[in-house]
Amino acid sequence: MKTITASKTLRKSPTGIRGLDEITDGGLPAGRPTLVCGGAGCGKTLLAMEFLVRGATEYDEPGVFLAFEETGEELADNVASLGFDLKALVARKKLLLDYVYVERSESEETGEYDLEGLFVRLNDAINSIKAKRVVLDTIEGLFAGLPTQGILRSELRRLFRWLKEKGVTVVITGEHGQSTLTRYGLEEYVSDCVISLDHRVVEQVTTRRIRIVKYRGTTHGTNEYPFLIEKDGLSIWPITSVQVEHTASHERIPTGIERLDTMLGGKGFYRGSSILLSGTAGTGKTSVATTFAEATCRRGERCLYISFEENPSQIMRNMATIGIDLQQWVRKGRLQFQNVRAFHFGLEMHLARTIKFVTEFSPAVVIIDPISGLDTSGTSLEVKAALMRLVDYLKQQGITAMLTDLKMGGAALERTDAAISSLVDTWLVLRDLESNGERNRGLHVLKSRGMGHSNQVREFMLSQTGIQLTDVYIGPSGMLTGSARVAQEARERAEHVSLDEEAERQQLALECKRAALEGQIAALRAEFSAEEATIARIFSQDKLREASLASDKVEMGRSRQHDAVKSNRSQPRNGSRGKKG
Amino acid sequence: MSNKIDSGHSAAPHDGKYVLLLYVAGSTPKSSRAITNLKAICEIHLKGRYELTVVDLYEKHKRAREDQIVVAPTLVRCAPLPVRRMIGDLSLTDRVLAVLDLPPALRQP
Repeated sequence: MKTITASKTLRKSPTGIRGLDEITDGGLPAGRPTLVCGGAGCGKTLLAMEFLVRGATEYDEPGVFLAFEETGEELADNVASLGFDLKALVARKKLLLDYVYVERSESEETGEYDLEGLFVRLNDAINSIKAKRVVLDTIEGLFAGLPTQGILRSELRRLFRWLKEKGVTVVITGEHGQSTLTRYGLEEYVSDCVISLDHRVVEQVTTRRIRIVKYRGTTHGTNEYPFLIEKDGLSIWPITSVQVEHTASHERIPTGIERLDTMLGGKGFYRGSSILLSGTAGTGKTSVATTFAEATCRRGERCLYISFEENPSQIMRNMATIGIDLQQWVRKGRLQFQNVRAFHFGLEMHLARTIKFVTEFSPAVVIIDPISGLDTSGTSLEVKAALMRLVDYLKQQGITAMLTDLKMGGAALERTDAAISSLVDTWLVLRDLESNGERNRGLHVLKSRGMGHSNQVREFMLSQTGIQLTDVYIGPSGMLTGSARVAQEARERAEHVSLDEEAERQQLALECKRAALEGQIAALRAEFSAEEATIARIFSQDKLREASLASDKVEMGRSRQHDAVKSNRSQPRNGSRGKKG
Repeated sequence: MSNKIDSGHSAAPHDGKYVLLLYVAGSTPKSSRAITNLKAICEIHLKGRYELTVVDLYEKHKRAREDQIVVAPTLVRCAPLPVRRMIGDLSLTDRVLAVLDLPPALRQP
């Protein structure tokens, strides 16, 4: 007999159940029995049925379902909710349902016996549709119905040997036992693969988990994984690898608020980064988040919005008042809302559901509003661990995540966020700015890894055209916002105006003075030139007179020349005359 | 191969005719023993008022499902009502009689 020694040679039967083939590294052991055990209502029957249905529809392997507790009708009804149409599969000979009924009162033992009746039925069923998969749900029904366990146990051993020879992959379901894995110790016969399902209800919240207890000859996930039972069957969401390694993107995406992009080094968020947006009640976190969502949709990318508090129609209605039309993006399929009260599920389930939504919708951005909704779902340590896994998962997928967080105000605002803030790349804080009996809002970037960012607080305002960030007034009296800022700005404007006017007035006065001065100068100049002219005239007159005097004297001299014997004395006079002339 | 044994009509001191179905798996020792034991019981305790049919599941395998048979051998009393069933090769005669609801007075050494 061949023994399987390496996982390479171990043939596996794929289940087609989301996540199960992943954690079993390929599926259940082919041609061998697998035991699925769990408490009442944990989903064993559904898992087993899904194994058969998917085997028939996806892998062309017909299956036989031997039911020991429910009738065929009951079974069909139970799984109808999963969208499995058993009747159709039976009609197409892809599935065969046989209800095996063993009643204790009809099993009076009168001598030796065996389970050949069952063998015959099973053989007949397998041969009639050439089945490759078999489910026995739950063979413990035999233990309840038949008197002697000794015979039953040896017959079961024989049955499983026979099934192995038949080469069919078998799934057997069983109830959890008090101290043993199963009530009747089925794990004795089924040692190739054992899967345990757990269904816990803690404070009215259901958490379902699956665990591979044993799987001989192969590697497999060993943790407990959360799983969901929804309208399309079971789905397991293994959030195994919480790696910190992944390539960081250099791409930047806009926040939807221009001024905020500027505050973030001019370009916005890094793609694939995580953003925490914390603030007290009513500070506008949802407004910022939806603005970001809209910007994402406008760019042609998809956004998944998970809301723990408000329902989507309310959010859309509220955001319409600030000019954001989300309805159109929902219609176009770019925006998807998932609205659930946090207390409906445990942390594991929330994680599993989120991963399911992300896998099915493939968004570029995921918004969770608010993460504080999860606070009641676990201890702060558990919540942080869950958020860490979620943030890491989204980062690995290259999805940008925005988490809003409701906090009590005051100095505690930044302190209490320390736990989660260390996980995220960017931390925006919306805070109340209270002054003079008014509450205004301010936004600032507390941290943003990998980029230079502004450290200024900007006043945050909502208007019909959306979000606006304006500078706050930093003056001698400190920071002013709101109406105080507006008043101060008005005052400053008025001051500027009056200063301008004053300057103008003085300028005018100067001009007048200048004009006056120039006038004076002109007058003086005119006077001066008049005087100058007068003096020049006097001077020229004087000269004329002297000239005529001189010529007169010459004439006189000449006339005196005639009797100029005694005119020696005139010679010097000549000289002086000459001079005078 | 089904084997019907009809003892004919004869006077019955108590309840009406017994209709019995014995399901066996082939001709294994258990099967043979069951058939032998049952025939003996019928002749001794139900003489003249029984109808016995032996169903071999290996030959009529559809009957196993149709008639809800898990164990072999299985004896089913179809009449008189209510329907009674028991399992085993019928070696424990007292038990067989008790389940067949045959009055102890009819038991013979």
